[in-house]
Amino acid sequence: MSTHHINVTVNGAVKEAEVESRLLLVHFIREDLNLTGTHIGCDTTSCGACTVLFNGKPVKSCTVFAVQADGGEVTTVEGLPTNGKLHPIQEGFTEMHGLQCGFCTPGMMLSAVGLLQQNPDPTEEEIRWGLSGNLCRCTGYVNIVKAVQYAAEKMKG
Amino acid sequence: MIPPAFDYAVPKTLNDAVALLGQNPEAKVLAGGHSLIPMMKFRLASPPLLVDINRLEGLAYIREEDGWLKIGALTREADLDGSDLIRQKYPLLADTARTIADPLVRNMATVGGNLAHADPANDHPATMLAYGAQVVATGSGGERTIPIGQFFEGPFQTVLAHDEILTEIRIPAAKSNSGGAYFKLERKVGDFATAAVAAQITIGATGKCEDAGIGLTNVGLTPIKATKAEEALKGKPLDDATIRQAAQLASEAAEPVGDQRGSEDYKRALVKTLTVRALRKALERAKS
Repeated sequence: MSTHHINVTVNGAVKEAEVESRLLLVHFIREDLNLTGTHIGCDTTSCGACTVLFNGKPVKSCTVFAVQADGGEVTTVEGLPTNGKLHPIQEGFTEMHGLQCGFCTPGMMLSAVGLLQQNPDPTEEEIRWGLSGNLCRCTGYVNIVKAVQYAAEKMKG
Repeated sequence: MIPPAFDYAVPKTLNDAVALLGQNPEAKVLAGGHSLIPMMKFRLASPPLLVDINRLEGLAYIREEDGWLKIGALTREADLDGSDLIRQKYPLLADTARTIADPLVRNMATVGGNLAHADPANDHPATMLAYGAQVVATGSGGERTIPIGQFFEGPFQTVLAHDEILTEIRIPAAKSNSGGAYFKLERKVGDFATAAVAAQITIGATGKCEDAGIGLTNVGLTPIKATKAEEALKGKPLDDATIRQAAQLASEAAEPVGDQRGSEDYKRALVKTLTVRALRKALERAKS
């Protein structure tokens, strides 16, 4: 068994820690850093509730070890606002009622941010496909799509 | 949920990685990790050492060179999916990359891992069989090239030595009048295939099929090359009757097991239908 010293930039701030190699990134985020906006919804790498941006790309943090993030960058839902102002995706989920219980929502938003970075003007089909790694049991996805469309519009300026 | 403890190494060079594997017979390579880590979380796999190859330079690329499409083994599925070159000239590969798991998994998952892990349910193996691909591996014995038809030995078993790492996948460079398609049925997005068929064809100057490759996913202990179906196409015009005959032969080549995704009969029938669709699409693409 080994522990490793890691430096991870999380939401812009460098975090240092001594971690077991088996520590999952999602557990590092939630338990070591107390950033509990990232959720754990399954045990099978299926649900996407744990989605964060890892070196700019949305990934399932339950299926990455914290040690893999050494020297890297992670953005969680807590890192979305800028200077206290909501990110357009957060505004979209608010305005378009894109959530009910909210459990999938942080993951959905981070995935959407990743999607919009790649494709700033997605069609509905591209949004649905782009978010297909994130499951929602409440909403039926309709308002989630609208929230992403709202954000895309807002981000186009 | 929580994997058993393990040692973790991040080699800086391929040779260092090979050496670590050689010194630790139970060690596993960590690339994308999206097959291995879920197994470790279920404690179905307990490697005492993970050799993280994600920091190795020069193993992620997509380029045509010397009559081959060469893909670095560390190339992420998302990069295959996003490649204009692949979408335009290697549609079978584009189709395949796109159906693997979901977009989040594809940001981490690698082509090399999909092949080396050799889960019979993985998608790239059948596609590589249909393409007649080769893989390149480096181990303590040096570098060797392995035709994909010789690569898979059984579920989760390949011919790779314990200390060999896949470095490159090679697909014959696209010819004009060739096309391919991958048709996969899954219960829902992100699932493994109930069954899937990869088809790659080349039409000759006479309008008849000059070459054909058909690979089957998740209907056997390894990916299956439907050789009799391929032979039934060669030298013939790809009319409906010929396609259907090949599809019947492909369904007979399948060795499905009944499980939660479907019965043996259902999967066999599914292979037949998917083969028809894949061949029709491959033909359409070959002509355009």
